[in-house]
Amino acid sequence: MAKIIREHIHTLLEKGMRQDKRGLLEFRKDISVEYGISPKSAEGSARVRIGETEVVAGIKMAIAEPYPDQKDRGTIMVGVELSPFANNSFESGPPSTESIELARVVDRGIRESGAMDFRKLCIKEGEKVWQVFIDIYPINDAGNLRDASSLAALAALKDAKFPEYDKKTFEIDYKKLTSKNISLEDEPIEVTVIKIKDDYLVDPSVEEEEWLDARLTVAFLKDGDICAMQKGGNGMLSTEDINKMIDIAQDKVIVLRKAL
Amino acid sequence: MTTNKRTDGRNFDELRKMEAKVGVVSSANGSAMFKIGNTTAIAVVRGPKKLHPKFLQNPETGRLRCFYNMVSFSGSGDRVRPGPSRRTKEINLVMENALAPAIDLSRFPGSSVDVFVNLIQTDAGTRCAAITAAAMALADAGFEMRDLVTAVAAGLVEDQVLVDLNYDEDSHEMGVDIPIAMMPNEDKITLLQLDGRVKKEKLNEAIELARSACKKIYKVQRAALVERYE
Repeated sequence: MAKIIREHIHTLLEKGMRQDKRGLLEFRKDISVEYGISPKSAEGSARVRIGETEVVAGIKMAIAEPYPDQKDRGTIMVGVELSPFANNSFESGPPSTESIELARVVDRGIRESGAMDFRKLCIKEGEKVWQVFIDIYPINDAGNLRDASSLAALAALKDAKFPEYDKKTFEIDYKKLTSKNISLEDEPIEVTVIKIKDDYLVDPSVEEEEWLDARLTVAFLKDGDICAMQKGGNGMLSTEDINKMIDIAQDKVIVLRKAL
Repeated sequence: MTTNKRTDGRNFDELRKMEAKVGVVSSANGSAMFKIGNTTAIAVVRGPKKLHPKFLQNPETGRLRCFYNMVSFSGSGDRVRPGPSRRTKEINLVMENALAPAIDLSRFPGSSVDVFVNLIQTDAGTRCAAITAAAMALADAGFEMRDLVTAVAAGLVEDQVLVDLNYDEDSHEMGVDIPIAMMPNEDKITLLQLDGRVKKEKLNEAIELARSACKKIYKVQRAALVERYE
């Protein structure tokens, strides 16, 4: 069965076609970002849809002690749960390698972009800093969870407000949010390009992801600079491949950015 | 609770605003969203599929498994730590017990029917919202059902019986929480739990209140299913 799908994908690609009739470098049309989908509970939240793929992300904040080597800096933590909720082939249980990779790539996109000034998350140097948890839950996996997840994480951050806290005990009152945002100096967005045989594709379906030879995720800043990359899949990529894939990704960032 | 209204202005027998939608996750065999007040549950059904590990398989009948999950940002205070807690495991079990009577599992020997429920935001009544959403998802998945299952929490705050408790009422120190699930047409209760001290008459009063509330919720479930399939 699986083999038939693979052959089908290959035959279509030879004719320059995909299962859902899209062009190889064409994103699904309906891309949307919805803010504040969990306003009663989360400090910030968002839902991203790319076609039928749906991802929700939420921000929770806590006050903790800083790391000893970063006394004046707050921290972020990105979590992704690839649970069987979103896709039949995901398994319950502790985080899979795949979900850890996904989370870390989203994390790097945000962290390495310099978009967040971690010093601004410091409350009292060496004693108390903000900890920002960014948790991502795929609701429906119809392909390309990567791009959807990174967009959802960014949107949830944009939506977030600091909660009030007691200046003496540092106890947080989650019922009261201040009007203060997490200041973002840039907006890193990730685009994934996959390679099947000799073809490049964007916004892959679940089947295309299953049969990809290689993929490259690239995070771009507003000015077009790259701030994170991750190659995946068992296949090999030449430098020519990589350059082409980066160009394709850069070309497509706007599609996601304008949904924000 | 000295006045005749609740903190959020509702009457004692009044439900929070509800919303239901069937078929919200295309990759699942069945799915549904149920929102009551600020509690939002999304349920998906996957299966019947072969049950693993194999020793769990029963050649006589299938097994319903429920996986309740409060997503980490859905709590009303601190971040919820991911992964099943003892509370979650208990809820999974009572959900299975609440839903199993509605479907004929003997038709799927050796298989499992898995129901996953994610709570996106919570304001009390989560297991009830989860069951209400899950029942719609099972219907959407095409299972022949004896009846839908509908759930709501009844309760007492300072001796006043009320239905569909919000977080403030649920966490009231003199409060009693009574989650109830029923098959509204069969008029059978499939889940009944109680936390707190209550007199028998009051309990009956609470169950009566829940029963009529379930009828209202059932209408919302039904309308969502009709909307999906008409």
